[in-house]
Amino acid sequence: MALILRFVLVLIALCLATSEEVNNKEEFTEELLLKPLSDRKVLSQFHFRHMLPDELGSHHSLFPKAIFQLVQKFRLRELELSFTQGRWNYERWGGYDPLSSSNAKPPGVELWAVFDVPQHEVDASWKNLTHTLSGLFCASINFLESSTAYSAPEWGSQQSSGKLRYGALPREAVCTENLTPWLKLLPCRDKAGLAALMDRPSIYRGYYHSQRLHLTSSKFGALGSTRGIVLDQTLSLVLQPNKETGTTFSSSSVYQPDWSMSTLYGREVGGKCVLAESSTVYVLLEGGLVSTLKGSWRKEVDEVDNLVIENSWSNPNFELSIPPNKVIEEETTLHKNPSILYVYSVEDSEAFRPFDLEFRWKIPVVWSSPKAPLTSSRFLTGSGNERGAIAISLQSSKRKGFVPTVDVNEERCGLRVDIFQVVPWYVKVYYHTTQLYVDEQPQSLGDFVEKMRVSPSEDKVSPGVMEMILRLPCAVKSAALTIDFDKGFLHIDEYPPDANQGFDIPSAIVSFPDFQTRLDFLVGNSSKKSPMLSKLQESRHIQSYTEVLLVPLTTPDFSMPYNVITITCTVFALYFGSLLNALRRRVAEEERRQREIAAKKTGSFPLLSKFKAKLRGQSWEPPPTESSTSSSIMNKKLIMKVILVAAIAAGWQYYYG
Amino acid sequence: MGLWQWTWASILLRLILIYFPHNVLNLSSRPELSTPLTSLRRLAEGYWLKQSSISPYAGSMYHGSPILLSLLGPLTVIRIEGLPAHILCSLVFVIADLASAMLIRAIGNILNVAYSRKLNTLKLGKLVDSPDFLPAGDIAALVYLWNPFTIVTCVGSSTSPIENFLILLTLYGACKRLPPLAAFGWVVSSHVALYPAILIIPVILLLGYGPDSPPRKLFFQRNPTRTVDDIPFEQSAHSSYFSWTSIVLFFFWVSVFASCVLFLCGLSVKEYGGLHEMIQRTYGFMLTVEDLSPNIGVLWYFFAEVFDFFRDFFLIVFHVNILFMLLPLAIRLNHRPCFLAFVYIAISSILKSYPSVGDSALYLGLLSLFVNELADMQFSFFLFSGYVGVSLLSPIMHNLWIWRGTGNANFYFATAMAYACFQIVLVVESVNAILNHDRKIRKLCTTTN
Repeated sequence: MALILRFVLVLIALCLATSEEVNNKEEFTEELLLKPLSDRKVLSQFHFRHMLPDELGSHHSLFPKAIFQLVQKFRLRELELSFTQGRWNYERWGGYDPLSSSNAKPPGVELWAVFDVPQHEVDASWKNLTHTLSGLFCASINFLESSTAYSAPEWGSQQSSGKLRYGALPREAVCTENLTPWLKLLPCRDKAGLAALMDRPSIYRGYYHSQRLHLTSSKFGALGSTRGIVLDQTLSLVLQPNKETGTTFSSSSVYQPDWSMSTLYGREVGGKCVLAESSTVYVLLEGGLVSTLKGSWRKEVDEVDNLVIENSWSNPNFELSIPPNKVIEEETTLHKNPSILYVYSVEDSEAFRPFDLEFRWKIPVVWSSPKAPLTSSRFLTGSGNERGAIAISLQSSKRKGFVPTVDVNEERCGLRVDIFQVVPWYVKVYYHTTQLYVDEQPQSLGDFVEKMRVSPSEDKVSPGVMEMILRLPCAVKSAALTIDFDKGFLHIDEYPPDANQGFDIPSAIVSFPDFQTRLDFLVGNSSKKSPMLSKLQESRHIQSYTEVLLVPLTTPDFSMPYNVITITCTVFALYFGSLLNALRRRVAEEERRQREIAAKKTGSFPLLSKFKAKLRGQSWEPPPTESSTSSSIMNKKLIMKVILVAAIAAGWQYYYG
Repeated sequence: MGLWQWTWASILLRLILIYFPHNVLNLSSRPELSTPLTSLRRLAEGYWLKQSSISPYAGSMYHGSPILLSLLGPLTVIRIEGLPAHILCSLVFVIADLASAMLIRAIGNILNVAYSRKLNTLKLGKLVDSPDFLPAGDIAALVYLWNPFTIVTCVGSSTSPIENFLILLTLYGACKRLPPLAAFGWVVSSHVALYPAILIIPVILLLGYGPDSPPRKLFFQRNPTRTVDDIPFEQSAHSSYFSWTSIVLFFFWVSVFASCVLFLCGLSVKEYGGLHEMIQRTYGFMLTVEDLSPNIGVLWYFFAEVFDFFRDFFLIVFHVNILFMLLPLAIRLNHRPCFLAFVYIAISSILKSYPSVGDSALYLGLLSLFVNELADMQFSFFLFSGYVGVSLLSPIMHNLWIWRGTGNANFYFATAMAYACFQIVLVVESVNAILNHDRKIRKLCTTTN
């Protein structure tokens, strides 16, 4: 009986174990989000997620081994690497939605990582990490190794424990050699699934291209609910659909261009990647667009029930070539217009193979994207190569329905702005010259700066880091922050090959922590939640990157080192020799000797003997007697020596010259 | 006009120039005036950092003394409505200039009195009594005050006037034979600028032997038969005997003031990196020539171009060049310690790592203390034209290179080289002239006897 009982228990345990295994297997999902932008472009965001639960250990088949080893070796808690080309247009493509704040990245390479190692090992880990990533992604990330290139922000991110390192390479050119290793991390590469859309010419033709790798590991520290490693690979593209069918341009109304996957990428989706858990395509219409469309719906079809039509995929405004599997409307607060999401599951749309979604506009539509509370930009002032000033300007975008957060303690309403700026050491910033202009009036810093942390740059050792928390009045129209700097002078070896092009100052990060944004799409069964939707659901604060600044520095003459060394040494020799000569000379004695020689003047070579006397200085005492014979003998000896040296020189010239 | 009118006129000119809008002249950022060591802007940055409870030496901005920072720093943040920024600091510099001029005048008077007494003992009083003998102290003071280099340095907000004042205080103390004052000046000026440390040799000679005189040998030749008892005591002490007591006193005061300075420095940098950081960031910065921004010296371009593996070698060579000439000069000019001090200051301002025209202003002022002795100097017109030419060309080349981008670093460096050459010729010729003058006195001595 006991035996049977034990057997049953074991059986149950096994069942439980297998069921656990089912829940804890590694997962790979692929998703693509398409969103028409207000300036006749289309944003497409590919999102691939690998999940490796803790329990599996190193027994995994889908999760890329290189990344797993990276996490193991450097004890990464979080890492984000982005390769970006072009600049996100905050005005037109949106600056106040989770899509923009996740897509917008500074040009070039940006890398930040949080380590789970003791404080003193963080820098060493960072250096090794940059080298590894540099090899993995065929990029010059290893330049971030130098302590002049990275910094340790303290307040900017949530995980501020001194273990975060941030570095950016604004000049890094991004191209296919960076994309190919990135695609290699996917189980189907770009052979099947959504990644098959990535036709290189059409991808790099776009206006904006940002390829990211985000890694979260809960192994080294309790973070999030899922324990394990999560690897998010995202590629954001802003493309201009080039096919403009059926558009008639009139002066007032312009049709948005129609687009389809095949016109955007030149390829179609053959099917899902068989290794992927799910393969989904979303089409997102943002709130501003939806409200515009609603207005036109109301005008055209008043009698029909609004709700039915506005969620339909084929309506008087636009048409989608494939009926969506699901239409989700955003759960919003009162003030916002809800966005609409059309969901297509690639595996379910067998009938439409190859899957080629087409979006056709029927009427001209104009809408605008939500903007950040303040539009930030950064520029240089001043001319010449000696000094200048960096200015960060914040312009109010006069957003409708703008609800400022009122600080409870203070009666006046404040708009918090965080600024994080890294400046390389050769731009020598005078932090005491920081000036703040609010509504074009100079203001004292103390009134508006809540907190400021400065770590000044040290020549050839570390960059200058400035973190600042401003609290501006809510009614602010514009604010500007200026800081003076001197331009440094470098050693000739420190200039890059094209020195006259100038040096880049990485983007500053301007964020508004009071403003949170999220897109909350209620999905029916929460157990099978899509990674992208859950990512959109996370509330994140508004953040924007400013422009990269190009600072021209004065250059020395690169061809001159030998001339400079020889000329300077000549001047030093002139100083030393002439001063020593002035001190050593005994004019009285010289005069006396010259008089003696002139009186004796018996030698056959008076000039030579005088020259010799001069050469030998006072050490040479002419013997009072038999001077004529000895001098003539010496003269002969000297002549012989001169002839010998001349002969050697001539011979040398003849044989080796 | 007398001395005082000219003095007040120069002060008035300075005040007018200070009130002049800075945007037009923008002297405070000229590379000729403000070096990384003397720039008031950097001092203000250091003070700001200190006020934000960061070490003033964090970052590579401030490289001066912490004492100077505590004294001048508070003045940099005070703004008076309607007046240009840093007005209080500029006033301090004007006062320092005035005090320096007065010190030069006092030194000149001491030198003159001592010199005429010496010549009288040699029965060469006619040299002094002749109408050609000029009041060197007054001339030197006016030359110092009206030197364009001094004026732009004072107006251009750099701390050089204070360094010059401290150096002159040292010399004055030594000439007056006041060991505490000399020790104070020497300790503080070496602490602030490091290079005045080499003035210890002339200061010891001044304290030991007294001010400049004709070669000491002549006094023995003059009185070969007379014993020491015949000469009045004071005169003998002045002329030929080395007074060890004042040297001992001097070193006692040096140790007192040095420990005071170290204590004060330690106190002000205690919360940050301590004395070690301070020494590394001030003296280390001077000696290793870390900042390669252009100045009127020759080292910046040299170290911007030289190969890295030679860097240490040349650093040693250039600094040893200063030290190497100290001993030969001291041996040859030991009877003229004030002139020796002038030569030392001139040499260090040629070869120092971050020279400015403020250093030239000082040695040109001291040079005119010896107008009588250097009357027969060669190349004086050539040198004058050279100084004028370089000081006109150098800003033009700087402008062409930095602001217009049409010139090249080599043009600017060429003016720096020319300037260095002129200074070298000046030093060598003045040494030659003083030696010739000594010879002349010796001849006169032998002929009168």
